[in-house]
Amino acid sequence: MLSADEKRELDAEAAHYRDRRALGIEALKIVQRHRGWISDAALGDAAAAIGLPPAELEGVASFYNLLFRRPVGRHVVLACDGVSCWIAGCERLLQAAAERHGLRPGETDADGRFTLLPVACLGACDRAPVALVDEDLHGNLDPERLAEVLARYG
Amino acid sequence: MDRPLTGNIGPDGPLDLAGYERAGGYQALRKALRDLAPADVTKMVSDSGLRGRGGAGFPTGQKWSFVPMGAAAPRPKYLVANADEMEPGTFKDRLLMEGDPHLLVEGMILAAYAVQADVAYVFMRGEYHLPARRVRQAIGEAYARGYLGPDILGSGYRLEMHVHTSAGRYLCGEETALLNALEGKRAIPRAKPPFPQAAGLWGKPTVVNNVETLCNVPHIVARGPAWYRGLGRTRDAGTKIYGASGKVRRPGAWELPMGTPIREILEEHAGGMRPGHAFRGLLPGGASTDFLVAEHLDLPMDFDSIAHAGSRLGTGTMIVLDDRTCPVGMVRNLEWFFARESCGWCTPCRDGLPWVAYVLDDLEDGRGRPEDLALLAEQARLLGPGHTYCAHAPGAMEPLQSALKYFGDDFARHAHEHRCPWR
Ligand SMILES: Cc1cc2nc3c(=O)[nH]c(=O)nc-3n(C[C@H](O)[C@H](O)[C@H](O)COP(=O)(O)O)c2cc1C
Ligand code: SF4
Repeated sequence: MLSADEKRELDAEAAHYRDRRALGIEALKIVQRHRGWISDAALGDAAAAIGLPPAELEGVASFYNLLFRRPVGRHVVLACDGVSCWIAGCERLLQAAAERHGLRPGETDADGRFTLLPVACLGACDRAPVALVDEDLHGNLDPERLAEVLARYG
Repeated sequence: MDRPLTGNIGPDGPLDLAGYERAGGYQALRKALRDLAPADVTKMVSDSGLRGRGGAGFPTGQKWSFVPMGAAAPRPKYLVANADEMEPGTFKDRLLMEGDPHLLVEGMILAAYAVQADVAYVFMRGEYHLPARRVRQAIGEAYARGYLGPDILGSGYRLEMHVHTSAGRYLCGEETALLNALEGKRAIPRAKPPFPQAAGLWGKPTVVNNVETLCNVPHIVARGPAWYRGLGRTRDAGTKIYGASGKVRRPGAWELPMGTPIREILEEHAGGMRPGHAFRGLLPGGASTDFLVAEHLDLPMDFDSIAHAGSRLGTGTMIVLDDRTCPVGMVRNLEWFFARESCGWCTPCRDGLPWVAYVLDDLEDGRGRPEDLALLAEQARLLGPGHTYCAHAPGAMEPLQSALKYFGDDFARHAHEHRCPWR
């Protein structure tokens, strides 16, 4: 079952769409926001709330890269590997993430603090290389600035 | 110089509703609802020469004119602002939405009025948190002031507007895949025809326009098509947000007259190449456009001139290749992007793009063979226009085929020397 808060958020979105099926992505984002990731149980709750078979909603969940079907750390780092960030040296940054912070693409670090995911161009190429930590965009990164930025997230 | 798109954008954050109104905002909407029939708005936009800024350059007024009108038209009708902006190297819609969200909202209301849409969506990529907050705020203010809702400014016209934040994937930007995503499905493209204007969201007439396209509309309505046409430096109308990234001195985005020459953008606005770096080429409008090289630097950046040179204006945000960056490595980065973002629906793209990317890996990592060049050229043909369900794979082949043409010697060196000369 969805919690009262989750249900309230879903009802607010429901008014925006013509049928409940369209709420699938919203429902998944809502449970992810409240529960950190989308477990099978969470997927089942979301599916029940919008009246869709879980297998069908799973087909939706597995398509979108910002829907997490595995547990993630307390903070998610989306590291841009778009072409402008590549020219600006994002590979060096990924290397520093692995060597200095134990963060590897697609993985969560040992203490469950960060999950690092590569992501397509974040649309901030004038500040390349960039990364998004949760909802905050950080630009002009180099290994030193990356260390400073990560230190701000507990 | 007129900067209709970015004139309100300053360092202190976006104008709120009152500030936007003081700057002349919502006057175009008032004028349209008072004096203009929906067809008049479409005609003004047609006459202005505005072409879609999402990449394909389709004439906007003509797109709107395909929407069924009148009492017999299917309802509800929809307008969607494409704010998915995931084309690598592109950062112009973010600038507009963060900097002047009311301009987009007003443009959307006018576009919706022109096609008599009942519901409008902003389809926003999931990573755009700040733009989503600002556009939502602007929509809320517009509702409170009666610019949105059941009876806009007492005209009897009714419009709802919502922000949909996406959950990732480049393919969502393709307009028919976007419609599936909005309906809560996997973002796989739909066959065309029927075109969205006839049968789009939930099978109803739908117009999808890029954010920058829509931001032009209030100014066209307020100041007229002749003024708008006069803004361009070539036959192409209006202003354009151009951008430059890569090893230029001042990466950034600038609103300039349509048809500003590439050299002027790179030298005067981007400040030229960084010391110690020489220009080798550029992708004029995002990852899915063909490379241009030094011989093209004096071309005007407009749709027809860039197409004539064998590339596409695309999103108008250039990615510059310098002499210290390996062209094969750059293309490898691009092809892995396209391979990862393929929606998987049709086999040539789903299986072909990773193949291409692996061959580029081989070249970069010292396992290349001389015959790989011919193999890549063949793939570029096989994945080109007409062989796949949507334009994703052909787009992926544009930087590859042009890199083979202009930087073929560099590819050959990788194969013969069994290493990347840049590493
Ligand atoms: C793979 C792919 C991705 C696209 N991504 C975007 C995008 O992120 N934003 C956009 O406005 N158009 C994108 N387009 C173009 C849209 O399909 C469509 O042409 C555009 O939104 C129409 O708006 P316009 O006529 O105002 O340019 C994409 C096209 C393809 C084939
Ligand atoms: S070309 Fe690629 S992205 Fe387009 S439908 Fe086929 S598999 Fe999907």
